Amino acid sequence: MGRQEQAETALAGAGGEMRALYARMTLIRRFEETLLELFAAGKLHGTTHTCIGQEADAVGVISCLEPERDVVVSNHRCHGHYLAFTDDVDGLLREVMGRVGGVCGGKGGSQHLFRGNFYSNGVLGSTVPVAAGMALAEREKRTGAVATVFVGDGTLGQGVVYESLNLASLWELPLLVVVEHNGYAQSTPSTLQLAGDVEARAAAFGIAASRHDTTDVVEVQAAAREAVDHVRSTGTPYFLVLDTYRFSPHSKGDDFREPDEIAARRLRDPLTVAAGLVDEAEREEIATLVERRLDEAVEQALAAPAPAAAATEPASR
Amino acid sequence: MSVRCGQALNAALHEIFERDERVYLIGEDLLDPYGGAFKISQGLSTRWPERVLTTPVSEASIFGVSAGLALRGYRPILEVMFGDFVTLGLDQVVNGIAKFRAMFDEQVTVPLVVRTPMGGRRGYGPTHSQSLEKLLLGVPGITVVAPSECHDVGALLSEAVDDDEPVFFIENKLMYGRPNRRPEGGRVDELACVEGEGPYPALTFSGNGFGRADATLVTYGGMLPVALDAATQLILEHEVFTEVVALSRLLPLDLEPVLDSLGRTGSLVTVEEGTLTGGIGAEIAARVQAEAWSDLTGPVTRVAALDGIVPSARSLEDEALPGVEDVVAAVTALERVGG
Repeated sequence: MGRQEQAETALAGAGGEMRALYARMTLIRRFEETLLELFAAGKLHGTTHTCIGQEADAVGVISCLEPERDVVVSNHRCHGHYLAFTDDVDGLLREVMGRVGGVCGGKGGSQHLFRGNFYSNGVLGSTVPVAAGMALAEREKRTGAVATVFVGDGTLGQGVVYESLNLASLWELPLLVVVEHNGYAQSTPSTLQLAGDVEARAAAFGIAASRHDTTDVVEVQAAAREAVDHVRSTGTPYFLVLDTYRFSPHSKGDDFREPDEIAARRLRDPLTVAAGLVDEAEREEIATLVERRLDEAVEQALAAPAPAAAATEPASR
Repeated sequence: MSVRCGQALNAALHEIFERDERVYLIGEDLLDPYGGAFKISQGLSTRWPERVLTTPVSEASIFGVSAGLALRGYRPILEVMFGDFVTLGLDQVVNGIAKFRAMFDEQVTVPLVVRTPMGGRRGYGPTHSQSLEKLLLGVPGITVVAPSECHDVGALLSEAVDDDEPVFFIENKLMYGRPNRRPEGGRVDELACVEGEGPYPALTFSGNGFGRADATLVTYGGMLPVALDAATQLILEHEVFTEVVALSRLLPLDLEPVLDSLGRTGSLVTVEEGTLTGGIGAEIAARVQAEAWSDLTGPVTRVAALDGIVPSARSLEDEALPGVEDVVAAVTALERVGG
C-alpha cells in the first residue's frame, strides 16, 4: 500500500463514522485553502468558488447517499460536494489546475465536473430541471436512486427552479433539493434579493420541506437522513434548506462584507463545532494525513503536463 | 396520392416507439385525442401511456428534464409546440445540452431530439410564425436538421433519434399538410433529382439534366417548394436554367453539394424563410467565397425574410416573407443571367 493509499484509508472511515465526517470536512477545507494559496502564488488561472465554511452541508448530506447508485448534481461551488461524493483529490486538483489527469481533461475546470454519478454546471438554476430529468430516468429504471441537486439562496431567483419544483411534485420524482442558504447571492445579501419564506416555496408545490440553522455536521446528517429516507421511501421530492455561511469570498478576492460579520460567524465554523467528534490526537493525525495527501497531490499536479489540444478540423468545415 | 409529411412523421414516431423502448416523448398537450398541437404525436399516448409525458407550460424546465433523461440512458424526443418557444429553453441548449459531451471530456452523450415546427404563411402572427433555426446555427455541439417535403422525412427523424448528438429537428408548418414528394426514377415532377450519400442527405434538382446552368439555389425546409416553383417559372418564362440544392442538415454545414452544383452554374442564390441578417445565407456566402472563389462569376445573392416581424394579415405576411417572385427576381438580376 502506497503512502497516498494509506492516507486515503485512514481518512475514509477507520476509526468510525464521526472521525470520517471530521476527516472529510478537513480534507475539503484544506483542499480549498490550498487552491486559494495556489491562485495567490500564480500557479493556476481561471476561477474558483470555494465553500469554506459550508463543509458540513456537503459532508453531512452526501454521507447519506450511495455513490454507486445515487446521483448528485452540483453548481459552481462544487468542490466540497465532489470530494465528499468521489474522494477524487487528484482528478479535481488537476482539473482546476489544467493538467493532464484532470477529471474532465481540463475542459471543464472548477465548475463543470463529471465523474460516475456526479455532475456539476455553472449556470444557476439550470441544474434543477436536469436533476429532475435524472430522477425521472432513475425512477423509470427502478434503481431506487435519489437524485440530489445542490443550489444556493441566490438560485432561488431563477424561474426555472419553480417550473422544476412543480414538475417534480406533479410527477412524483425522487428528487432532493438542497438549498445551502449562505445569505448571499455573490455580493448581494438575501435581504436585497429574496422575498417571502424559503420553505413556503416548497410548500406551495406540495413538496415536503424542512429548514435547519446549523453548521453541526451531525445535525446536518440527521436532517439529510430524514430527507433522503423520505425521497427513497415515498419516491417524492424533498426540499432541504440548510442555513450556513461562507467565510471565503464568492470567488477569489471579491469580498466586501463586514469583517465583524465574518468573525462572528467564525465562531460557528463547522470544523470547530465538529472538533469534539474526535480527540485531539486524532485531529492531529487527520491534519497530518490531509497535509501529506494534498502536498503530494499538488506536487504531482505541478509536475503533470498541460493537456494538448486535440487536432481539430479547421473551423470552416 | 402519397402520404402527407405530417402523416409520415407520425408513422415514423410510431415505428421508433415500437423499436426502441428508451424513447420517450415529452412536451405540451401531447395526450390523445389532442395528440400535440399539430397532431404529429397522435396515437402515441394511447399505445405507450408510460412513455408519453404531457407537461406543464414550462419550456425551460422540460428542456432540462429531457437533457437529464438523455444523460441517464434514455433517448427522449422533446416536442416544442411552436419553434418560437425554443427561446425559452435556450439556456439549457447553449449552456448544457450542447456542451455536456465536450466539457465532460467525451464521457457522456446527450442523445436528445428536439422536434419543433417553424415557419409562417398561416397568419399566426409575429410570435408564432418565425423561422428561428438560425439562432441555433451558432451553437457548436448540436446538430440541426430541417427536412423538406422531398426528403424521406420519417427516415430522417428515425436517424435523428438514433444519433448520439443532440438534434434539433425543424419541421415546417406548411409541410405537415403537403404530400411527401419523394423522388421517383430520379425525378420529382419535371425536375431531375439526385439524393446525396450518408446521413441527412441533400437533394439536388436540375431542370436540364445537370448540364450547364445559370445559377444554383440553395435552400432547405419549407422554402424548397418555393425554390422549385421559382426554378420552373424561370425555365418557362425566362429560359433560365437553375439547380436547386435542398440541404437537410444545417449544422454541421456540409457544402459539398453546393460546391458541386456551383461547378456547373457559377452563380449562387441562397433562399431561406428566416430574416436576412445573420441568416444561414450569410454563412453559406462566406464559406463559398472562401472555397470556390474561382467558380463564382459574381457575388452571392441572398433571398430571405425582411428584417422585421412576421405580421398577421395575409397581405402583410406575404410582403415580409420571401416568395416565388422574390427568388425569380434574384436570379434574373444576376449579372451573368442578363440583369
